[in-house]
Amino acid sequence: MTLYILCFILFLVGLYGLLISRNIIKMVISLTIVEVSIFLMLILIGYVSGGIAPVVFDSQVLENKLVVDPLPQTMVLTAIVIALATNSMILTMAIRIYKKYGTFDIHEISKLKG
Amino acid sequence: MDDRTLILFIVLPFLAAFSIPLINLVSEKAKTFVVAIVSLVLMVLSVQLVVRSPESTLYIPGGWYPVENIPIGIHLLSDGLSRFMLLIVNTLAFFCAVFAIDYMKQYTGQKYFYTLFCLQLAGLNGVVLAGDMFNLFVFMEVAAKSSYALVAFGVKRTEIEASFKYQVMGGLASLFMLFGITMLYWMTSTLNMADISLVLRTSEIDHGNTIRFAQLFLLAGISIKAAMIPFHAWLPDAHSSAPSPISAMLSGVVIKALGIYVILRLFINVFEPDVFISQVFAVLGGISMSAGVILALGAWDLKRLLAYHSISQMGYVLLGVGIAMGVMASGGSPESVALTLTGALFHMINHAVFKGLLFLSAGSVEYATGTVNLKRMGGLARALPLTMAASFVASMAIAGIPPFNGFFSKFAIIIAAVQGGYYFRATLGIVVGVLTLASFLKFQRYAFFGRPDPGISIKEAPLLMKFSMVSLALLCLAMSLFIFPDIRAIFLDPAVRTLLESTDYAIKNLHP
Amino acid sequence: MKGMSVIVKKTAQLLSAMIFVFGMYIITHGHVLPGGGFSGGVLLASSFIVLILAQGKEYIKLKKQREATSVFESLSALLILLLGISGLFAGSLFLFNNYLPKGQPGELLSAGNIPIYSILIGIKVAATLFTIFLALTIYKEEVSK
Repeated sequence: MTLYILCFILFLVGLYGLLISRNIIKMVISLTIVEVSIFLMLILIGYVSGGIAPVVFDSQVLENKLVVDPLPQTMVLTAIVIALATNSMILTMAIRIYKKYGTFDIHEISKLKG
Repeated sequence: MDDRTLILFIVLPFLAAFSIPLINLVSEKAKTFVVAIVSLVLMVLSVQLVVRSPESTLYIPGGWYPVENIPIGIHLLSDGLSRFMLLIVNTLAFFCAVFAIDYMKQYTGQKYFYTLFCLQLAGLNGVVLAGDMFNLFVFMEVAAKSSYALVAFGVKRTEIEASFKYQVMGGLASLFMLFGITMLYWMTSTLNMADISLVLRTSEIDHGNTIRFAQLFLLAGISIKAAMIPFHAWLPDAHSSAPSPISAMLSGVVIKALGIYVILRLFINVFEPDVFISQVFAVLGGISMSAGVILALGAWDLKRLLAYHSISQMGYVLLGVGIAMGVMASGGSPESVALTLTGALFHMINHAVFKGLLFLSAGSVEYATGTVNLKRMGGLARALPLTMAASFVASMAIAGIPPFNGFFSKFAIIIAAVQGGYYFRATLGIVVGVLTLASFLKFQRYAFFGRPDPGISIKEAPLLMKFSMVSLALLCLAMSLFIFPDIRAIFLDPAVRTLLESTDYAIKNLHP
Repeated sequence: MKGMSVIVKKTAQLLSAMIFVFGMYIITHGHVLPGGGFSGGVLLASSFIVLILAQGKEYIKLKKQREATSVFESLSALLILLLGISGLFAGSLFLFNNYLPKGQPGELLSAGNIPIYSILIGIKVAATLFTIFLALTIYKEEVSK
């Protein structure tokens, strides 16, 4: 249980960083921390202590053995690919913002207000 | 049970998206028509799906059929609600694609635009068809990522900033959703939505507050995606910065498919309707509709005004959904639930049509005058008679003036609120309707009447842009016919029935 | 930027070849070992990226390369989809049908269509990552001018 709570704390750390940081790059890093905390959580949910990897060539091997749940792992792999897209997009925007405004500080970039 | 037409809704746009850069090498002109053709085919298919039969169908790619009644594959599911959403998405996408052919000539890098448009269409169709939570998330991301890029398509200062804001908030919303999905998987050990629903309704373990925890995370994620006030900060910027056909897609379809559709699917079909959540939706809906219209009254940027109205009109839909869920949870009569849900869904499809039309006519005005500032316009009635007529129809429809479609759906929601005993919400609905009328009279007055600004050169919209606007204006009138029971039975009733018989969702869709 | 010193350049050249081969290995063994298209594709892309980082931007004509990688990207995605659709016509009428002979588990030529998907995904990922890298580099170059 401690591990799950630690994951959730990491989630909150990322959220806190996103809310208070003024630097665009720091916001991106915080978003990544939130992402990673969820990936850790997913992997932990799928893990069975003492379980073996579910890669077998012979179905006999699996009898009376604990097996790690492979579904969260595939979910995490997919989510990592999505996170790659997110990060590259958002960093591209950050570079472009830096070119247009000459700063990374969001307080100086607020031309638009909600 | 295998309905092969379903995969076309996802495969065709993806094929088009990846072949556009290759088509572009051969012919610059051909690529502009690809999206329009694909969405025309999909529109015809979706109409055919809606008309054919009300039974729900399933498609399982790869042939991974359920083993011992446990679903293991990816399910693409089309029931009444999915078909209704497919109809909205593909119809509006077709008109926006046709509009874009001429409108996008003023931009460079058009091949990226059409590729992203196709990806967005594929993502939206995928969200609507997905039968399991994780695919819902993945397709949601596909639609959202392409929207982020499309918002920044003009690469001007404000567009980049709007896109960055949209990305941070949208990214956070997706992560909240993913966290909620993680919690659900932890509780139920399954991702299939029908199976989750079955497990939650039948299991002996009392999940207690854990399920509420997951629900709140999903709720936060969806509220940001649906831009409910106070989660709306990205919407006015993003919708007013995007190219006009994309604004029409974002306002007309994206906030519905990623927002309202997911709310309906999750909180009515998957979870049991619950009084607390219904209160949250009703309150969020009430705040959104009143605050949205007040913000719109003060806006002088035409597209920003329309964007605030999107928030306000989605508030109506959410209010209807909230009332319906409340009545459902407290065991009220099915007739009154059906009336409210019909009103909400009817308003959703109406909003797609008239808000799409309004954004397209804003695009036409922008194309003609080069500005979206209402104070700099004026006297456009003579130069743009067709745009004026179309936007007049849409303005009257959104304000709820009788012969147009908007009147009937708002009326249904207000009647349902009165029937449920929520008099304050009903009054709010009427007041917001009046304020909406006021702000659209402002738009008409400043854009089309008064003295023309001599400093602006005006060019009339090309043929294809006119075609889109006129067809949508005719649809605005034609959709008033939905009040007749025979027509309603084809288009609206299957969707309402899907939501009404929410306990059957699991049983029907696991073993159709 | 003229690139780094001669030592770094030579090491990067040697290293990038090894990274490339390792990426190929990961991609082609996707169905029998951990890894597959995505991880292998990342390695392939990074072998090019290491080379450009060491040699400097003038090493290859970046803009021309980006056009080429874009075409590769769309082409491989298109082929993945077409391979998926080909399942519809190969007997049992399923999208992403695995219709080729399955072979003996654990051998290199086994698992039906999966290795072909791995290879195509590998090309797609490598092209995409390299495109992103080139786009950012070209953009930075334009800004600094």
